[in-house]
Amino acid sequence: MKEINELTFPDDLRYTKDHEWARLEKDHVRIGISDYAQDQLGDIVFVELPQVGDEFEKGDEFGIVESVKAASEMYLPISGTIAMINAALEPNPEIVNNSPYDEGWMMLIKPDDPAELDALMDKAAYLEMLKGNES
Amino acid sequence: MQESVGTKGLIFNEPLLWEKGSKGRSGFSLPRRDVDSFPVDEELCGDGPDFPDLGETDVVRHFTRLSQWNFSVDSGMYPLGSCTMKYNPKTNERQAALPGFGGAHPLLPAELSQGVLQIMYELERYLGEITGLPAVTLQPAAGAHGELTGMLIFYAYHQSKGSKRSKIIIPDTAHGTNPASATLCGYKSIPVKSDENGVLAPADVAAVMDDDTAGIMVTNPNTLGLFEDNIQEVSKIVHDHGGLVYADGANMNAVMGIVNMADSGVDVLHLNLHKTFATPHGGGGPGSGPVCVTPELERFLPSPRVIEKDGKYRLSEDYPDSVGKIHAFYGNFGVQIKAYAYIRTMGAANLKKASQLAVLNANYIKAALKDTYYLPYNRPCMHECVFNDKFLSDFKVSTLDVAKRLMEYGFHPPTVYFPLVVAGAIMIEPTETECKQDIDMFIDAMKAIAREARENPELLHEAPTTPKVRRLDEITAARKPCLSG
Ligand SMILES: Cc1ncc(COP(=O)(O)O)c(C=O)c1O
Repeated sequence: MKEINELTFPDDLRYTKDHEWARLEKDHVRIGISDYAQDQLGDIVFVELPQVGDEFEKGDEFGIVESVKAASEMYLPISGTIAMINAALEPNPEIVNNSPYDEGWMMLIKPDDPAELDALMDKAAYLEMLKGNES
Repeated sequence: MQESVGTKGLIFNEPLLWEKGSKGRSGFSLPRRDVDSFPVDEELCGDGPDFPDLGETDVVRHFTRLSQWNFSVDSGMYPLGSCTMKYNPKTNERQAALPGFGGAHPLLPAELSQGVLQIMYELERYLGEITGLPAVTLQPAAGAHGELTGMLIFYAYHQSKGSKRSKIIIPDTAHGTNPASATLCGYKSIPVKSDENGVLAPADVAAVMDDDTAGIMVTNPNTLGLFEDNIQEVSKIVHDHGGLVYADGANMNAVMGIVNMADSGVDVLHLNLHKTFATPHGGGGPGSGPVCVTPELERFLPSPRVIEKDGKYRLSEDYPDSVGKIHAFYGNFGVQIKAYAYIRTMGAANLKKASQLAVLNANYIKAALKDTYYLPYNRPCMHECVFNDKFLSDFKVSTLDVAKRLMEYGFHPPTVYFPLVVAGAIMIEPTETECKQDIDMFIDAMKAIAREARENPELLHEAPTTPKVRRLDEITAARKPCLSG
């Protein structure tokens, strides 16, 4: 596993305490898991995602990532309807390890209220939380 | 330091049986046919079985070689946390192989099966006494099957009260099979976090317990190897809301003869005979997960049940409220005999002593290693102790590396990355059957590995190099499983 300063956290994302990230892209919010999350999990072997059209409240469990070490639930950073999922993850879950912020995205969501994103952590706050976890 | 038990040796390769032998080779000769051959209707015959042609030497060497690749409690210490890999005394096998048991058939009438029925009846009484929950079924085939049976009993109980509850509270220190069993029974699991001491806080249970919650499933001792000290208070909260308390008693090896589960408020509990009662498991044989309940819940137990009248035993189906049959015939009877033999050879006093020694051994290891490996919950443990790899992360050495290296010292690795509440968990359960000398050798090996992690981390990253196979590619195995031969 890596040290926190060896991991990357893009500036333009919002982060949750459960290590999901969210990025506002016009009408949609793109969602994935952070570099820290993929590093902690280790080699990811399976990603279970919801179906397009499913509706969720903020904080709902929307899927599961499974690695050789553990299975872990993922929670929605924002309420909304699933607009698209990343179908490439089913045959090739390792993409999440290799590229958590780009090719390894999980899904696009049509948010009920994009302002909910403001309640999430920015990079600085997320980093601070991670450093707190370490000690 | 004594010489390490792990060493090098010549190991034979061995192909699949289908790749061995040659046409016409055979291990025995059939007696000469003394009746005329008779043509069988073509439609009744399919292709013959796809068996290789092998001689006796081929077969004996094949299985002997495979057995030499194996590691078992018969070859060394197997401190696999949560699995209670205690030694399985050979006398139990002998009793189970007695011709009267070996030849028994489940369709024989009760008059011809009295001994078999008596064993089942008495084993139920013993388990009832050990747990304090007197009504018992031996049908479930394993721990998780017992949990499902318990959940069916929860459901039947609430139904009998005219209610249909939808949720079950499950702490984060419960065994992973608990939420799975609740889900299989149609309940929604409501997770509750353990507190800073690694146990359930009554207030956290009170916060989620309501009239739509069927009850709670508590693993006690829990998967951190800690006793749930607040269990009585927790049980009261659940009972006050009309719920039931399920205890996963698979860790009973820590508390036999010490804790009366009924006194701690438990209504339903399963035992793993294949852990606590010394019957083989893993690759060694099937399991058995008896369920013990309070007298109030007895009427819901699976049927048929063994009953006794005037010294005669029979099976009765006359239980209209029963959740029904949950296993073909009467469960894994061979395992029941071995557990019965274990209980009878030990006796009450020695079962209690076994638990005390299991707890002593785990605490001895905890104390000996706590400066070497990080101990997230530094308090007296029960039958197992949980460390992690935090002290090793500076050297880029992980729990997995320690586990792999330990094989080369001749020990089966502990359970790793479980329980999930501890990141990088190393969970060690020595059981009572290891003597102090062997435990000391294990401790020395763990310390030596921590030293190697600092001085030569590559050694650990590369491990194991001496066993027959190196690190298996578990990633590809999980990503692209090959599910047929
Ligand atoms: C605490 C606990 N509960 C339940 C189980 C499940 O038992 P089984 O594997 O027999 O289904 C286990 C198995 O090791 C266990 O350790």
